[in-house]
Amino acid sequence: MRPYFFGIVLTASLGGILRLLILRSDYRQYPTYPHGYISHLSMGFVAAALGAVAWPALLEEEFVAVTFLAMAAQQFREIRNLERESLASLDIIELVPRGRHYIEGIARTFEARNYIIIACTLTLSAIDLTFLQSQTIFLRIVILGVVTVLIYFFINFVFPDKRLEDLADIRLGKVHFQGPNVFVDDIHFMNIGLEEAKEEYLNKALGLVIEPKDIDASATLANPGQRQAVIHICAKLLGVYKDVDTPEFTPLMRRHIKSGNLGVLIIPGSGDPQALIAAVKRSPVLEGAMAKPSKSFAGREREDYHDTPR
Amino acid sequence: MTPLDKVILATVVLVEASQYVISGGSGPVYVAKDVKEQQQIAMYLSRITGGMVHDMENGMLIIVRH
Repeated sequence: MRPYFFGIVLTASLGGILRLLILRSDYRQYPTYPHGYISHLSMGFVAAALGAVAWPALLEEEFVAVTFLAMAAQQFREIRNLERESLASLDIIELVPRGRHYIEGIARTFEARNYIIIACTLTLSAIDLTFLQSQTIFLRIVILGVVTVLIYFFINFVFPDKRLEDLADIRLGKVHFQGPNVFVDDIHFMNIGLEEAKEEYLNKALGLVIEPKDIDASATLANPGQRQAVIHICAKLLGVYKDVDTPEFTPLMRRHIKSGNLGVLIIPGSGDPQALIAAVKRSPVLEGAMAKPSKSFAGREREDYHDTPR
Repeated sequence: MTPLDKVILATVVLVEASQYVISGGSGPVYVAKDVKEQQQIAMYLSRITGGMVHDMENGMLIIVRH
């Protein structure tokens, strides 16, 4: 195994660095989480090491080594369960919960990223062993480093974070009351019985109207899990005006049944409307909420279907 | 999210509206002498139970756990 040693260490390290790079790109899901960082990084290194070992193992005709990949897959699935469970148990006592959809999305992403790392280090070690064996160590490091950076950009290109602004137009709406019922423009939110709470809403609340661009966007945004995620992000980023005993200040995202438009109603900690719009625009579109009725024949037969997004 | 998760914890009625209450049903019924007292009772009940106050617009406030 001696001839492969340097190659394995090099590709595994590069894989670990790659994991760090793609971990950094999703800080939004984990604002402050040093120990989470460490556990995901170390799993990333394990994945990288597996990917780095696989090719040399095949060259040595050690086919049993492939079974290790299956074992690793099992481990990574476990990571997903752990991630889901720990987030879900914390979620119960959040002021504004993430919601199951968001948690599932985070857990799925973390599992999948380990597989991505395996695939990448496999590619790296294949390149190393096929083309770079006769080169100097320095050249191997430089070339594989460049390939790693290319892979990083490729990953970002293939798995782009879809944002809410890709699906919908977002604008400010007017918060107003009809009797005890609070509305943003024409979207009804809830019935508020306390006069005190009504005044707070009239003075401090911000309302947004979100207009889906097409039927796919409309179906995706209708998903309650997606909506909860948006609300959670708004509350996280703008601060929330609420405590455990004031459910009437819970931020909400509601749907106008007739038009399919959505409304966001929140009393933010800081009342800057532009910050709220920015937060909503940059909210992730969850994989689990994504719907594409326009890809079906029935969907295209719908009268609200447009060939191009409006 | 099922409707059965939502429980009416209490009802606060004005004296004039107390005719609407036939029996207690689920949760106790509190009778308030005026709107101010009604708001006060409802606010306390809401804070204590963590329930949300809804206005039935007929002199009745209900506190609901969502």
